[in-house]
Amino acid sequence: MVLIIAESQKGQFKKSAFEAVTYGYKTAQAMGSTCAALVLGEAANAGDLGKYGAGAVYQITDAALQQFDSQVYTAAIAEAVKQLGADVVVLNHSSTGKSLLGRLAARLHAGSVAGVNTVPTVSGGFRVKKSVFSGKAIAEYEVNSPVKVLSLTGNAIQPEVVGAAVSVSALQVSLPAPKVKVKEVIREEGHVPLPEAELVVSAGRGMKGPENWGIVEELAGVLGATTACSRPVADVGWRPHHEHVGQTGIAIRPNLYIAIGISGAIQHLAGVNNSKTIVVINKDPEAPFFKAADYGVQGDLFEVVPKLTAAFRRFKEQQ
Amino acid sequence: MKLLVCVSKTPDTTSRIAFSSDGAQFDANGVQYIMNPYDEWYALVRALELKEAHGGTVTLINVGTESNDQVIRKGLAIGADNAVRVNCDPQSSLFVAKQIAEYARKENFDIVFCGKETIDYNSSEVGAMVAEFLDLPYVSFASKLDVSGQTATAARDIEGGTEMVEVELPLVVSAAKGMAEQRIPNMQGIMMAKRKPLDVIDPVPFDELSTPVQYTLPPAKKTVQLFNADQMDELVRLLHEEAKVI
Repeated sequence: MVLIIAESQKGQFKKSAFEAVTYGYKTAQAMGSTCAALVLGEAANAGDLGKYGAGAVYQITDAALQQFDSQVYTAAIAEAVKQLGADVVVLNHSSTGKSLLGRLAARLHAGSVAGVNTVPTVSGGFRVKKSVFSGKAIAEYEVNSPVKVLSLTGNAIQPEVVGAAVSVSALQVSLPAPKVKVKEVIREEGHVPLPEAELVVSAGRGMKGPENWGIVEELAGVLGATTACSRPVADVGWRPHHEHVGQTGIAIRPNLYIAIGISGAIQHLAGVNNSKTIVVINKDPEAPFFKAADYGVQGDLFEVVPKLTAAFRRFKEQQ
Repeated sequence: MKLLVCVSKTPDTTSRIAFSSDGAQFDANGVQYIMNPYDEWYALVRALELKEAHGGTVTLINVGTESNDQVIRKGLAIGADNAVRVNCDPQSSLFVAKQIAEYARKENFDIVFCGKETIDYNSSEVGAMVAEFLDLPYVSFASKLDVSGQTATAARDIEGGTEMVEVELPLVVSAAKGMAEQRIPNMQGIMMAKRKPLDVIDPVPFDELSTPVQYTLPPAKKTVQLFNADQMDELVRLLHEEAKVI
């Protein structure tokens, strides 16, 4: 059985949960196996995971799961794996999933692959691919343990509805008391977090100063995109650190990445080169970012960006 | 305080990435190696700061071959007291974590530090694995870490925000940007590093359960299509009809 762990936040499933179920369903098909989903804690409409291909949905509700502690979550998942006889576990490659993948591998003596982005092949061994060297290469892994654990890169596969909702079965497990106490969670509300964003508008030093960011925010607003920035801009405090994408910041893989006034240093590219489509706006025709771009606009960003915003607005009105 | 910092050797960010013609091996020709930046800039430096504030020792551990000694010596030059290298050529995170955990178990460290990921395999696995082997709490993606008595407080980077946590020592922590500022080793540090102990120990037997078997380079990008500021409607049309991203 392929068991996917469906992540939720404040009782609502994230899109990544549906991506994981679709991935689990396709993996199960490749293996001639079945797919089930495990929900940890309270989540509304858990049975809806069936629509994306979970043949069964299991839920563990325990007070110890109200806050995230990797030891408690690992104990819950490991117990479910045993009770259900799962042989492939799929997590999201998120802050939560990454904190659990290694623990589960150690606990279950399971081979692991972190950040997979293709469905495994099983003829001649269990093989699955992931991006390595910060997007500069692809590695195919062979996993040869009876139990395997994978974390799925966000936006690598789109959720597909293949069936109907199913009923939810409660699993009884005994869990240790949490040792990590969560004192506070501070979230930027109102937009999609960068690692999950499909559309990202990002700007760099070419903006000349933080007071000029209005045109970037307006473009992002029209598109429904999340804003990001380059490292120098975060380092001098023009923009908050959680917007910094690149090698030492956040690595993202949106469908569309619009880079405004960013030269495209290799450290920046390392965090964004898995984007499906890259648009670069820069007045310097020699900016290295143009080599990594699908579409480029050479020109003064203070002229180009408002015109691009206006064009998107016209497009939206016609839709 | 007894602190252990796990350090990895990785190709420099600017290295050209290439493989053997059959795609089975990484081609190390002409590759410049460095200490993994998250291990060096954040994990190691924060460990040194905690030692400076509270007293204690900072030990480095690396799982790898003799060619890693140069990177380990750099960690000693930055200020670690001693180092251990588990002498082997590992293929998987689980193998590496098992070796680190076996050493750490005997030494009773207060905090085991890792970088949040290595910049070659980008897996983020070793810290969680070490924590599980040692049955310790794990605080991942910490951009801040403070210790007062036996209690650690940390800020974790989570999607779209920050989680503030509190946990009793001992623990395993993975270090993200913000935890500390990079330190450049000075001449005195480099000289002293040559005399600091670097013990080489044998690995414990452990199976490789997950190994990279085939490498490929991503397909080359098509040449960029260029526009000027007056062609934005055309660009938007292509994003919709050709790229299909809006």
